[in-house]
Amino acid sequence: MEKMLNIKINNMPCTVPYGTTVLEAARSVGIEIPTLCFLKDLNEIGACRFCVAEVKGARSLVAACVFPIERDGTEIFTNTEKIRASRRKTLELILSTHERKCLSCVRSGECELQKLCKEYGVEDEGVFDGFKPHYELDTSAAHMIRDNNKCILCRRCVAACKNQDINVIGANARGIDTHIGSAFELPLGSTSCVSCGQCIVSCPVGALYEKSAIKDVQKAIADPSKYVVVQAAPSIRATLGECFDMPVGTDVTGKLFAAMRRLGFDKVYDTNFGADLTIMEEANELLDRVKNGGVLPMITSCSPGWIKYCEHYYPDQLAHLSSCKSPQQMQGAIIKTYIAEKNGIDPKDIVSVSVMPCTAKKFEIGRDDQNASGYPDVDYVLTTRELGRMIKTAGIRFTELPDENPDAPLGQGTGAAVIFGASGGVMEAALRTAAEVITGKELEDVEFKDVRGMQGVKEASYDLAGLNVKVAIASGTKNAKILMDKVREGTADYTFIEIMCCPGGCINGGGQPVQPASVRNFTDLKSLRANALYENDKNRPQRKSHESEDIKQVYSEFLGAPNSHKAHELLHTSYVARPMFKK
Amino acid sequence: MLKKISKIPFSDTPEQAAKLDAVIAECAGDKSKLMHVMQVAQDIYGYLPFEIQKKIADGMGVDLEKVYGVATFYAQFALSPKGKYAISVCLGTACYVKGSQDVLDELSAQLGIEAEECTEDGTFSLSACRCIGACGLAPVMTVNDDVYGKITAKDVKGILAKYA
Repeated sequence: MEKMLNIKINNMPCTVPYGTTVLEAARSVGIEIPTLCFLKDLNEIGACRFCVAEVKGARSLVAACVFPIERDGTEIFTNTEKIRASRRKTLELILSTHERKCLSCVRSGECELQKLCKEYGVEDEGVFDGFKPHYELDTSAAHMIRDNNKCILCRRCVAACKNQDINVIGANARGIDTHIGSAFELPLGSTSCVSCGQCIVSCPVGALYEKSAIKDVQKAIADPSKYVVVQAAPSIRATLGECFDMPVGTDVTGKLFAAMRRLGFDKVYDTNFGADLTIMEEANELLDRVKNGGVLPMITSCSPGWIKYCEHYYPDQLAHLSSCKSPQQMQGAIIKTYIAEKNGIDPKDIVSVSVMPCTAKKFEIGRDDQNASGYPDVDYVLTTRELGRMIKTAGIRFTELPDENPDAPLGQGTGAAVIFGASGGVMEAALRTAAEVITGKELEDVEFKDVRGMQGVKEASYDLAGLNVKVAIASGTKNAKILMDKVREGTADYTFIEIMCCPGGCINGGGQPVQPASVRNFTDLKSLRANALYENDKNRPQRKSHESEDIKQVYSEFLGAPNSHKAHELLHTSYVARPMFKK
Repeated sequence: MLKKISKIPFSDTPEQAAKLDAVIAECAGDKSKLMHVMQVAQDIYGYLPFEIQKKIADGMGVDLEKVYGVATFYAQFALSPKGKYAISVCLGTACYVKGSQDVLDELSAQLGIEAEECTEDGTFSLSACRCIGACGLAPVMTVNDDVYGKITAKDVKGILAKYA
């Protein structure tokens, strides 16, 4: 049993396990100590000195986020005048170089710095004004902007990048010149950044944000000559509610489609269709590789951040990637071909919009070979956050909306598609279909629980009518590396691997609502969001992609069979080796 | 002060490369020796261009951004090469009050480069340094091992002419 210590916090006696940090101990008795640089498990550097607390007998204020309680009888104070003055001064010093354009800032109202200034009663934000470095915006990457004028040097983005084992950003120079950037001040777009956006969701202020497509989408909706179609990814239903202060893990499927319809989109579709279609193509591609001695293990290609990672870091292993486009791009391709044809609309007049949990999707739409109709499969990508903003701008009271369904025929999705949003979901969806195709028998239990969960690397093996299928799943590029090194060595004896760029999968994507450290550090965001998807799956009448009526219809009316010539032309793609640096 | 990144194309000799390779081979596997390797590289090349930092990063198994972060944190590392004639102007207290900033500005104007840069032909590099202990001669500048004391901006042209 772990050793328990009797301590006092603000004179209140309490008991905590040995080694608990002051931050955690205080939180356990209902006291929130504010933090700025601290992100649990990610950035435990005690650098900003904002979370200071007094420990009786300590020679100075301690950083609550990393100070462990190791003595019985420790007395801690979290709200003395000395502490308040220290925190206020820290804020004033940060503000002395911070560009204080709060009213026009993307994070206004959700900025951790702004909130703390209010809570600590900062009266004069310019009290320490002096030399202020000026930085040009870095707009070089397809998906995001870095505005170092707003940066407070907390290094949370650097830690997020390190957690992905990408490490293309870090602290450069020193003193007043210290800034976050890349080696040799290369613009981010010239590095091997994979566009995951984990840095954005880690930033406490408005220094990092996605390149917004809101204005373009609003303009398209207002243009009567355009037929504006939208699709929303599986995970959006598990997270959009957070933009409207709903509890983490609330499933808002019905309100999501109601809101998009009220924004004025001509058709409101569910990327679940694209996910089901991906399973049909990918499962059949896998069976073909198994039967005909193709390159194995085959690896999923849904996550554009993962694809970009593979192209930069494992350019010699591209043959393992499934040739399937991602669900977003498949759905976009079907919208501008099948739907266009069916409704007699010229694809040039269709504006195809997607709502994604992902910033790498903004990069993906600009890739080569993603225009099945001759026009881009998807024209604009909105993150979950951007959709939330559009809904607010439109005055739609989200929480009061009725539940509505997406439009047919690209609206009906199966439970297999919904779980794409969580790490292991694509694998489970593929297994549900592959198992029935191989055995020819209906599954008794469609749930493959071994591939679920938030571990970085998962393995399982199944016996499908005598065929031994060994699978592996990784989420987060740091974990992808573990599997890819084995693939490169030739020791990966798997049949099929699922890789998602973001830790935990799309529910934790870089386009998802930003939760402040005060929530992130004490909530298992990933599991709560993933559970919403698994519950959604459980309640669907159809839980296997090949059972979807929409899928059957599109194949019978348009594509023929999975992996047909037409399917290959429209739904499959290729990959390119990318350099680590463009000098 | 932000360091200037040289645009002068990098070139090295097989001897230089072999020397650096040997040090990297000796230190690879011990990331705590990163700064030592960078110091040796700087001794060999006089500065740490992209190609060298990349080589060190790959050889030591650390990310390039890390190497660059270290190179820009410590004043001892340069991102611009030293010229055939390395000019150094003392900006220590005594020299500064005697007008060494004017001397530095004049050198900068004459050479068309700023402090911590090198002329494109590689002849002159310019840097500002802290006290070199010759305050009695203030203001002082050095060109390689030659010391010039009690100079004014007007003397700059004549001094440069000796090396052109």
